[in-house]
Amino acid sequence: MIEQSLLGLWYGFGVAFEPHNLMWSLFGVLVGNLIGVLPGMGPLSAISILLPLTFGMHPVPAILMLAGIFYGSQYGGAIGAILLNLPCHPPHAVTCLDGYPLTKQGKGGKALGLAMLASFFAASFGILVMIFFSPLLVAVAFKFGPSEIFSVMLLGLLAGSTMSRGSPLKGVAMVLVGLLCGVVGTDVNSGMMRFTFGVPELADGVSLVAIALGLFAVGDFLLNVNRAVYTTHGAGVRVRDMLPTWAELKHAFMPTLRGTLIGTLFGAMPGTGPTITTFLAYAFERKVSKTPERFGHGAMEGVVSPEAASHSKTQVDFIPTMCLGIPGDPIMALILGALMIQGIAPGPQLITEHPDLFWGLIASFWVGNVLLLMLNVPLIGIWTKVLQVPYRYLFPSAMFFIAVGVFSTNNSLFEIGEVLAFGAFGAVFAALNFPMAPILLGFVLGPMVEENFRRALLLSRGSMLVFIQHPISAAFVGASALLIVVQTVSYFRGTRGKLGVLQAT
Amino acid sequence: MRSLFRYNKDYYGGALMILIGLAAAYVGKSYPLGTLARMGPGFFPTAVGVILAAIGLAIALSAGSGTGESAAHPAFDWRAWGAIIGGTLAFIVVGDYGGLVPATFAIVFISALGDKENTLKQALWLSLGMVVIAIVVFWWALQLQFNLFRWG
Repeated sequence: MIEQSLLGLWYGFGVAFEPHNLMWSLFGVLVGNLIGVLPGMGPLSAISILLPLTFGMHPVPAILMLAGIFYGSQYGGAIGAILLNLPCHPPHAVTCLDGYPLTKQGKGGKALGLAMLASFFAASFGILVMIFFSPLLVAVAFKFGPSEIFSVMLLGLLAGSTMSRGSPLKGVAMVLVGLLCGVVGTDVNSGMMRFTFGVPELADGVSLVAIALGLFAVGDFLLNVNRAVYTTHGAGVRVRDMLPTWAELKHAFMPTLRGTLIGTLFGAMPGTGPTITTFLAYAFERKVSKTPERFGHGAMEGVVSPEAASHSKTQVDFIPTMCLGIPGDPIMALILGALMIQGIAPGPQLITEHPDLFWGLIASFWVGNVLLLMLNVPLIGIWTKVLQVPYRYLFPSAMFFIAVGVFSTNNSLFEIGEVLAFGAFGAVFAALNFPMAPILLGFVLGPMVEENFRRALLLSRGSMLVFIQHPISAAFVGASALLIVVQTVSYFRGTRGKLGVLQAT
Repeated sequence: MRSLFRYNKDYYGGALMILIGLAAAYVGKSYPLGTLARMGPGFFPTAVGVILAAIGLAIALSAGSGTGESAAHPAFDWRAWGAIIGGTLAFIVVGDYGGLVPATFAIVFISALGDKENTLKQALWLSLGMVVIAIVVFWWALQLQFNLFRWG
């Protein structure tokens, strides 16, 4: 099996180095990097905005570009976090804690350089895990029937909605709202129109681009305009400042490795968001440190370990998405949706049916990460300038790009209205402290959940026991039940703890 | 700034979920439900709607502990909402009747006014800049199927 993986990888490099593919990959990382640097824009908005562009493309360059945008914007996020104390994207919030103090001490360039090297190391490790772990998972996944697929999706949805920050109940509520959004359109089994209310444009369902842009771009603007306080003084960084010394590299190696392993572990678990991963990596690093008091005042370990964790998690996240067709987080859900629009159903057959796509993607991760490393060094001066673009110019321009982007997918003005509706809904939900990301997870998985649920019960002649009679399915159902119990217990403990504090004060 | 919400936010959130859930279940029930073994198109949305309403109820019930979060929320920003929603609607309407150039100008100009620090002059320059991008990048380079001007 290992030789097969290596052969596949060799083939993948051939695909990734085709000039056409290489060009789109480069374009993806460059634009992703740029958008990631912009204040208030993370990978989700970056991918949403550029998603319409991929519809006219061949699937392979399209997916290479989207993946490039994804990790490109992650690299970009670290720049804002370290140099300006701007967590452009929640997972980088923890990088600010020690990154910004380092900048104030004049070591910002070094912190960036080390963070980039750590990210590169972590991404490479994640890619290796992906190469050797995916075929194993595929071998298991071939044994999956409808009941297994339903159960694993149930686990994914539950984990994705409850493990992120905030109240687990609200996360589940948002997943259900997403499932309902996924129902809109023509029912595949009966051909019946559901929730279309006589609007012909809704017969094909709600557009993925509209829902993603509405929730993650317009919704954000609605909440942040006139509110976002951004510092505008930038710290200039020269290339020379970024190169770490040998001693610094040695010092940063162990934290990087620990962060990488934490990220890999959490990447393999469905539903654990990137934010929680980086926070755990930071907390762990502080625990093992001999001098925990330095954390928060510019400890290099507190920068490299979370950054490494977020990058290895990113890579490992692709495994369940590609091999099972089950996305671990909203970004993966978006990439999955993009694949399905291209007519490619991710799942165990993906590696055999579309080897160019699978192995090309893996190889392009490496190529893209090398490109990023090379790009970031000379472009760092430009990025620090870009960081200072005021929000008040940024969001009106972004509104235009969104409107034109959505229009271009189907030449339909109606879909821009969909974006607006989801933006307003998203902002209302967010104002009521509901997390928005689970909606997307529910929306992408919704049709598959329904389909497999119906099929499983059709095969079992209406017996719900089918989900616990098959051993693999039973294991997933058990894990889901365990998750609910753990969440309930920790939730009640949490409230009791809070009440205790309230009474004490 | 005073809070927009008089009670704990979770009451409103829970109520909203109950409303959405029941509405979905109500509409879902109008499609054939079928049996467990042969589910109709109405089964899944009805079931999801009922579960959502139940969870909404749980959210509202568990809100009683009152963590005081609601006080931290600033007042509703009419200006930002009006400008962004108005600008987008303007793009749809003007795009339908006037073409890409006026639509682009409308969405950028109106949204820009949503930020209270933007002056009319800045909004004007920003919109003109985006009009140029719209023409060069989207209409000329990407061949977007959208007339620059359209009459009526």
